[in-house]
Order: sequence, then C-alpha cells, then structure tokens
Amino acid sequence: MAVDPLIELRDVNKHYGQLHVLQDINLTVDRGEVVVVIGPSGSGKSTLCRAINRLEPIGSGTIFLDGQPLPEEGRALARLRADVGMVFQSFNLFAHKTVLENVSLAPLKVRGRGKEEAERRSRELLERVGLLGHADKYPAQLSGGQQQRVAIARALAMDPKALLFDEPTSALDPEMINEVLEVMRQLARDGMTMLVVTHEMGFARSAANRVVFMADGRIVEDRTPEEFFTDPHSARAKDFLSKILKH
Amino acid sequence: MNVLIDNLSLYAEGLLGTVELTVYSSLLALALGFVMASFRVAPVASLRAFGTAWVTVLRNTPLTLLFFAVLLGLPRFGIVLPFQLFAVLALGCYTSAFICEALRAGINTVPTGQGEAARSLGMTFRQTLGLVVLPQAFRSVIPPIGSTLIALAKNSAIAGSFSVTELLGTYKTLNELGYNIVWTFVWIAVGYLIVTLSISAIFNVLEKRWGVAR
Repeated sequence: MAVDPLIELRDVNKHYGQLHVLQDINLTVDRGEVVVVIGPSGSGKSTLCRAINRLEPIGSGTIFLDGQPLPEEGRALARLRADVGMVFQSFNLFAHKTVLENVSLAPLKVRGRGKEEAERRSRELLERVGLLGHADKYPAQLSGGQQQRVAIARALAMDPKALLFDEPTSALDPEMINEVLEVMRQLARDGMTMLVVTHEMGFARSAANRVVFMADGRIVEDRTPEEFFTDPHSARAKDFLSKILKH
Repeated sequence: MNVLIDNLSLYAEGLLGTVELTVYSSLLALALGFVMASFRVAPVASLRAFGTAWVTVLRNTPLTLLFFAVLLGLPRFGIVLPFQLFAVLALGCYTSAFICEALRAGINTVPTGQGEAARSLGMTFRQTLGLVVLPQAFRSVIPPIGSTLIALAKNSAIAGSFSVTELLGTYKTLNELGYNIVWTFVWIAVGYLIVTLSISAIFNVLEKRWGVAR
C-alpha cells in the first residue's frame, strides 16, 4: 500500500523506566496522506507523534523521514525538523513575540529569508487562517482557538513536507474546536501530509485517509475510517468506541 | 566631617577603586555566568558537567580563599598580573557561579513548550536559547542578578587586604593619621551606599522597562 512513504517507523520501541510506552511500532504515512491516531489516554499516541521529530528520543528501531533516518541531536536534526511542522496541545506560541513575529521568526532565522519576504508570506498565512487583523497582538491577547490557528500558520510558514498535530483541540473550549478543525480540513483538502493525534472522531471520519488505533503502546488497528468506525475488529477498539460514541 | 574634607582625594581614590573592581568584575561575572548557564542547559553532557563543576567549586569556596588561590597560586604557574586584575578575576569568577544559577532559575521559569516549539521549527540550541528562552527568562532574573551584583560590590572590600586600592582599605591610612575611627567608617559606609544604591537604581529601571512587558 505504501506508494510514496514520507514518514516511516520501523520496529520502534520506547520505555519510560519500567513502562513500555511504544511497543514494536510500524507505521507508514504516504505523501499527501492524512493519518489520524486515536486511542485511550496513556496509549502512547502523543509519544508516537513527538518521536517523529525526536522531541522524544526512542529506545530502539528506526524512523525515516523522506527516506532519511532521523539523525542524532545537532544541526542535521534541526534541518530535518524545519521540514516537519508541529502543532501542540498547548499552542506554545512565543509569549514575548507578536503574532506576526511568531509566524515569521523561524523563516527569518532558520530559512534565512529576507524580512520583507518573510513578513509578506506570514501575512498571507495569517489571512488563510483568518487572523490577519490580529497580526500585531501578543498571544496572550487571543483566544485559545485563535492561538492554535496562529500556531498552524507558524508551522506552515516553514513550508513543511508534513505536519504533526499533537491533540490540537484538547485544550480548547468546545465552541473553538471547530474553527481549528476547519483549518485542518482545508489543509487536508490541499494535500498536506498530516499525522493527527486527536479525540475528534468527526474529524477522523471526515478528513482522514486512515485511522490508527493505539492501546497500551501498540498499534491495534490501522484501517480506513469507514471500516474502523463501522466494523472495529479488536475488542479493545470496540470497547473504546462504545465509550466515546454512546453518550 | 573633617575626616572626609581633609582626605577627600584619598576617599575618592578608594571609591574609584571599588567602582572599578565592581564594574569590571560584574562584566566578567555576567559574561561567564551566561556561558556557564548555557552549558548547564546544553544538550551536550560534557558541557553540562563542566558548568556544574564550575558552579559547585566556585560557589562553595570562601571568597578570601579564592583570592589567596588566585593571588598566590597563579604566579606559581608563571602568570603574573597586576593585583587589581587578579582581584577582578577572583571576584568575577566567584560571582559568575551565582549569576549562572540565577539565569538557570530564570530559564526554568520558561515553560518547556516554548523550547519545544522553537526546536520543532528547526532552530538550533543557540537559536532556541537566544531567541526564545533567554528573552523570556531575562524578565524574571533581573531582581536576583541585581542582588548578586550588590553582593559583589560589597565583596570587593576583600581585595583591600590584598594591596588593591579600594574603599575599605583607606581606613588603614586614616587610622594611622589619627582620625576618629567611627567617622572614618561612617564615610566609608556612605561610599559603599553610593555604589550599591546606584546598582539598585539601575536594576529598578531595567525591571520597569523589561520586567512586566508581558
């Protein structure tokens, strides 16, 4: 099925002390594919997401990004991270910079673009997430949903090959979740390669090419959303779905 | 009052000596403290170990002992420098350990997510620290660094015992000349107040300017 793999994990294992958080993980994300990772808390989905750009180092196994194995800490790793955007649960916008500076900082300093070009591109991206009017505000002056959309624009400003989303809507008030998901749906339609850890089943159904279900550090199911939601194979997934869908 | 007016030039010389020691040592301490704090949070284990060793040794050595080590020890290795420079080295290195820890405390007040976001955008360790973490840490370290530099100004008195011209040392000359010892020390104390209150004032301005800009 793997036609053009962009992210590839092979036999990845990780321990936190005694806890085996990632167990023999094998996962491939093709170029242009949207993969949603779901599962109960503590199943290792966030760790999996963070391992892909080595915010969490892994114990054993290999992670390939665009054919290259993930390098050790250092400049090579920084270069590789520049090509993989990440959106965090807690937004993590730079608190001492304005919205515009947040988006243009990395293009200026990491990509070495000119100030004018970087700011023009940043304004385009802010327009795209509907926040151009807030360009000169500080993150603390925005709502959670707005901050998360800025964070997405910030990741996009590096023209990444892929985007990783680590529970992007989990820290948001319910009425703000949709504005963020809408931006993500648009990205998916535009062909961005995405790995999304989320609890938003609606998003998984409507935007994902594949759903990966994790439990206790293992990938239990890896199928299309249609198949997964209508006919989950494993008892673990059936149990999980019954808990979240019926209430 | 006579003590001061009769010996104005002696006092002035002493005050200038203390100010010089304070300024040069502060600059050295700030520079070294910054480097050591970077080492202590660096991803390279050997740098972290070096920073930790630096802080442990210098912070836990009595300053007088450090003066002896520098003034008597370095010449044995053929390093002969003016006494004032030796004093600046001893004071600067000693204080750098405290500056390092104040900076590190400031770095720890910045949420880890800030550094993670910077790294996830492809910033190097230097860029992450310099562009994202330290500017935010800076705000919370202004008061403790002010206190550390005030302590440095007062610690510079030890240099007087090692033939360096500074404020406290003037009492020896004045005592020999037969002046009232109490008034001699009162004016010395005023001199130290001038230095330390100036440092306070500078840091108050810094704090007003940068401390609450969130």
